[in-house]
Amino acid sequence: MESIINLISEHREMLYFVILSVFVGIEVIGGVPTVLHTPLMSGANAIHGVVIVGAIYVMLNIDPSNVFALVLGFLAVLLGTLNVVGGFVVTDRMLEMFKKK
Amino acid sequence: MKSSLLEICYLFGSVTFIVGLKMMGNPKTARRGNLYGALGMVVAIFGTIFLFEKKDHAGNVDTAFVVPAMVYYLIFGAIALGTVIGWLTAKRVQMTKMPELVSMFNGMGGACAALIGLMEYQHNLDSTGALAAIIAGMVIGTVSFSGSVIAYLKLNGSMNKPIRLPQYNIINTIFMISLVIFGTWMVIAKPDNMAILYALFFAAVVYGILFTIPIGGADMPVVISLLNSFTGLAAAFGGFLYDNKIMLTGGILVGSAGTLLTLVMCKAMNRPLSNVIFGAFGASGASGEREMSGNIKDINVSDTAVLMNYSKKVVIVPGYGLAVAQAQHVIHELEMILEERGVSVKYAIHPVAGRMPGHMNVLLAESNVSYDKLVEMEDINPEFASTDVVLVVGANDVVNPAAHNDPASPIYGMPILDVENAAHIIVNKRSMNAGYAGIENELFFNPKTNMLFGDAKTVLTKLVAELKSL
Repeated sequence: MESIINLISEHREMLYFVILSVFVGIEVIGGVPTVLHTPLMSGANAIHGVVIVGAIYVMLNIDPSNVFALVLGFLAVLLGTLNVVGGFVVTDRMLEMFKKK
Repeated sequence: MKSSLLEICYLFGSVTFIVGLKMMGNPKTARRGNLYGALGMVVAIFGTIFLFEKKDHAGNVDTAFVVPAMVYYLIFGAIALGTVIGWLTAKRVQMTKMPELVSMFNGMGGACAALIGLMEYQHNLDSTGALAAIIAGMVIGTVSFSGSVIAYLKLNGSMNKPIRLPQYNIINTIFMISLVIFGTWMVIAKPDNMAILYALFFAAVVYGILFTIPIGGADMPVVISLLNSFTGLAAAFGGFLYDNKIMLTGGILVGSAGTLLTLVMCKAMNRPLSNVIFGAFGASGASGEREMSGNIKDINVSDTAVLMNYSKKVVIVPGYGLAVAQAQHVIHELEMILEERGVSVKYAIHPVAGRMPGHMNVLLAESNVSYDKLVEMEDINPEFASTDVVLVVGANDVVNPAAHNDPASPIYGMPILDVENAAHIIVNKRSMNAGYAGIENELFFNPKTNMLFGDAKTVLTKLVAELKSL
């Protein structure tokens, strides 16, 4: 029990950050017209590709003699890139069509 | 110095994510918003690569540490390869296949989060907090990955029947609870054994499959949106692990926005989320097998053409059938011809028509249908009474009157387009098969309804030709 309380207190700034971000997320989406739901979902999909930053961290800290880890790390960066690039490009394609009238 | 610069990069990235998402809520600024988000992402990625400094646990920079060149080659190789594949796939895919693609990209993000967890586990056995973030991120990312793959297969038609194990709700719930207990135990016991971690990983893969497999095709958009917020959550746990603000902001933003979007979609279908996940749709007990009375009347293309030509007001109700038949360009042609003849034409857009909310808008925008012709459900419903002809193209459940008048129907209470109020209803369908909800549609038996059977594109092309000759 004590360890859990300590953990919370140690990370309290992070928790504030999380709570505020949740509200920002809700605020940002509120009132979006139905027309834009699909592009928005796709755009949000691209943004969670930020997980690639974590994959790059892993790679930069990796033990270069561990081939298996290198392979996994490579794969992680590759998958993250696909999520980011594919996500933004598809969203752009959808929104491009909305523009021309 | 480098670390401070990196923090500024992350701050910039976080702001672009928030501003970008906000701008995407407005059709005028949406495209720029997406580009802002992409810009922030590029800054964050290259900032991470070039401004990296290894730190010890106390936060001091380890100046002696040099990242081997080979690692950089691998990172750039992966990014280059991913960019080429991602770019080409996204550019080439047909607009009708978009929902599948979003699901696939989402799964890849989830897999990325899962791999990070697999690799970081053994380096963090001394810290409960870090381990909790690793396990949570890995399990959620994995569930999102395998769930997205199933959603992808379901949407592209490789797996179009919901597969339900007997008592699947109980099995799934027990499985989920065991997964949580297993994960919690690993955080507390910290076993230094990769085999146990892999066991957890595979359990999560299986759970993702079990979670998605009983859910029917019509509910896939909701599931994708939900899995999307899962991946956001997994990214946020990565942010906890590395104390990385941009992963936290990006992840949580998507997590909360995705959850809200999921709820909005459920609301449009008038079903609680629990109903989508735990089923009821098309479940054997719920289907009110009402005998359909009345006859089905056919109409041919030339009669339809005449009817439309001499109308004042036509409303088109597009559905997934339109997307499948790739008929969005033909329908725009039809609209233009009718407008030339002085017929007012509008499109009635049901919020969940197609496979995703807004799917029809995207599709019709592709064929240059003007914005103001697309009318949302609340605005078009009062207009049906003054409409001469409603043309339903490949839509079914969204115009099913059972939602109003059959309490036994699984879609009872769902807001629908009140096409019944129009003078004439023409329904284009390939066959008499039921829609995604798997239920009969009373509308087809309505005396005002005429059925125009055939593939949407073929039929509409003929209709356009017929109209031209009038």
